[in-house]
Amino acid sequence: MQVQTHVDINSEWGIVAARQAGRKLAREIGFGSVDQARITTAISELARNIYLYANQGQIKIEEVTESGKRGMKIIASDEGPGIKDLRRVMEDGFTTSGGLGAGLPGVKRLMDEFGIESEQDEGTVITTIKWLR
Amino acid sequence: MRIPILKLHDYLLISVQVELDDQTALRFQEDVLEKIHEEGSRGVVIDLTSVEMIDSFIAKVLGDVVDMSNLMGARVVLTGIQPAVAITLIDMGIVLDEVPTALDLEQGLERLQLELEG
Repeated sequence: MQVQTHVDINSEWGIVAARQAGRKLAREIGFGSVDQARITTAISELARNIYLYANQGQIKIEEVTESGKRGMKIIASDEGPGIKDLRRVMEDGFTTSGGLGAGLPGVKRLMDEFGIESEQDEGTVITTIKWLR
Repeated sequence: MRIPILKLHDYLLISVQVELDDQTALRFQEDVLEKIHEEGSRGVVIDLTSVEMIDSFIAKVLGDVVDMSNLMGARVVLTGIQPAVAITLIDMGIVLDEVPTALDLEQGLERLQLELEG
């Protein structure tokens, strides 16, 4: 049976809860300490983006298998304002929040697969996968 | 939640042993600066041995606390950054520029002494 967990993000505590749930599942799937840190950090960035820009949303984490490969999938979704300029948001150093601007491009580098769908005034869904090596 | 700050002669010693949420990180930043001011500390060691994850927000808070302390005239050394944390930070493209670091608390204190005397 494949494990699946949802964490609602509607406060800063949701960010902590999401990364704790992520670390737990990553460990259970069998990721080493470095990949556990990568996955946990990616979840933290995604959860913070939800909280900062959409106020609330959800992080879904699940185990995935595909043609013999095992991995962990993270889906971050919200019904916030959406992302105006998808290309800029993936540029290093681009920030509208006064942060480091490392968030989304950082997540993309930490993970193996990364996809983003965003519709203005509808929301944003980011799907990302880390494969077990 | 508050992170305890210990005083040792002219130094402050801090070992971060809690999961850092945003509020705790920001309060920590203020507490360190207040304590430097109160105690007239010349150096601060922040030990991160127990920290399993540093994301871009926490990295910014840590980098800022180093710069802010420098402004006040105190040197900060970060110690004990775990291998997985170092790898993740570099993967993310986060460079903690000009932040003094050391392997552990002991070497951190030595580094502070060198910086302050040199």
